[in-house]
Amino acid sequence: MIDRNSQFVYEGKGDILLLACGALASEILALIRMNGWDHFHLHCLPAKLHLYPDRIPEEVEKAVNKFKSEFEHVFVVYADCGTGGLLKKKCDEIGIEMIPGPHCYAFFEGVEKFTKTAEEEITSFYLTDFLVRQFNSFIIKPLGLDRQPDLKEIYFGNYAKLVYLAQTEDQDLTRLAMDYAKLLELEFERRFTGYGDLAQTLNDLHPDQ
Amino acid sequence: MTDEEDDIILSELPDDELVPQMHDDLYDGLNEEIVEGVNILLERGWMPYKILTEALVEGMRIVGIDFRDGILFVPEVLLSANAMKAGMKILKPLLAETGAPRMGKMVIGTVKGDIHDIGKNLVSMMLEGAGFEVIDLGINNPVENYLEAMDTEKPDLLGMSALLTTTMPYMKVVIDRLKELGLRDDIIVLVGGAPLNEEFGKAIGADAYCRDAAVAVETAKEFMARKHNQMMATA
Repeated sequence: MIDRNSQFVYEGKGDILLLACGALASEILALIRMNGWDHFHLHCLPAKLHLYPDRIPEEVEKAVNKFKSEFEHVFVVYADCGTGGLLKKKCDEIGIEMIPGPHCYAFFEGVEKFTKTAEEEITSFYLTDFLVRQFNSFIIKPLGLDRQPDLKEIYFGNYAKLVYLAQTEDQDLTRLAMDYAKLLELEFERRFTGYGDLAQTLNDLHPDQ
Repeated sequence: MTDEEDDIILSELPDDELVPQMHDDLYDGLNEEIVEGVNILLERGWMPYKILTEALVEGMRIVGIDFRDGILFVPEVLLSANAMKAGMKILKPLLAETGAPRMGKMVIGTVKGDIHDIGKNLVSMMLEGAGFEVIDLGINNPVENYLEAMDTEKPDLLGMSALLTTTMPYMKVVIDRLKELGLRDDIIVLVGGAPLNEEFGKAIGADAYCRDAAVAVETAKEFMARKHNQMMATA
């Protein structure tokens, strides 16, 4: 038996395990609490895996193998996330469903809408609530901008605008996102998305659906 | 860095110590030291091609190995690349004058819908360092740009880059168009970019997927050698 106390971000009462990217933990927890979805358990893989997307399929498979005997249903709450189709392939191989779309920016805004607008705004750099909160850990430090601010032009020189896709109404986060746009010398736009397709996808996993 | 290292005067080092020191300086991304080292070697009568290969390309090869092994990360590689770029700026005009060998010609560009060019720029620079002529089409290239460059430049190789899962399928659009026009067999197609993999390269009909800049250079060299051998066999 698994020692569940140390494994889960949220422990519900049902038999569905959400195996999610750590970058989505707050949003999934918010949805669980908002909707009273206690049929879910939530286990998160480290958000920093995003810095090495090629490792995501292997880590997801390991986690599925670890937990699958404990649950009737395991659902992977990752989009493609830079794996170039390999995560979908892995999930198909092991018979597990995952969230559709290229990445979390897309499913927060709605994959269909995002796909249309992304074609028209290829010079936009996107942040979510998570990325605004973790800007230093996920953007500044991994890109070495804390040590070498001059690299900014190399990384962001082709971008024109920072688009903050906001999941919540939070003035502090908005202010921070504006500061980051200024730091990167990009225009700023805030779009409230709420939880987008994530909410609908998790809702569809309800046993009564 | 220690005080002792700070005191190194490049011009006082003999060649067999200066070149390894330049490898270290390249590794540390020290632009000014690389420029100084290149100028010293030129003053000492080194041929530009020898400086390029033995001091700069060899230094970047070491950087490439440590990047692959997870010892160096993207920011450090970019600093090294900037240092190499500074050295190449001096050597480039001299290379043409002094008859450096030409390995082949590549047209390279990031595909339509994608503005990411860090990897592509690194590949371009490393290919130039290896003696290739590189025509860089920049970012966000529709198929027409590649076709036009193929027509005007008559390259041996076509390089396509993408960073996004959403833009990488466009590489197939380009390759399919080449097939439709009967041009596919005239050119070696190499593809690369973070979300790509070997399987994707094969599936879209590229000649090879290159996982990093060093592999891109080796792959380009191999294909050029094969092309040369084929030409010799049919001559």
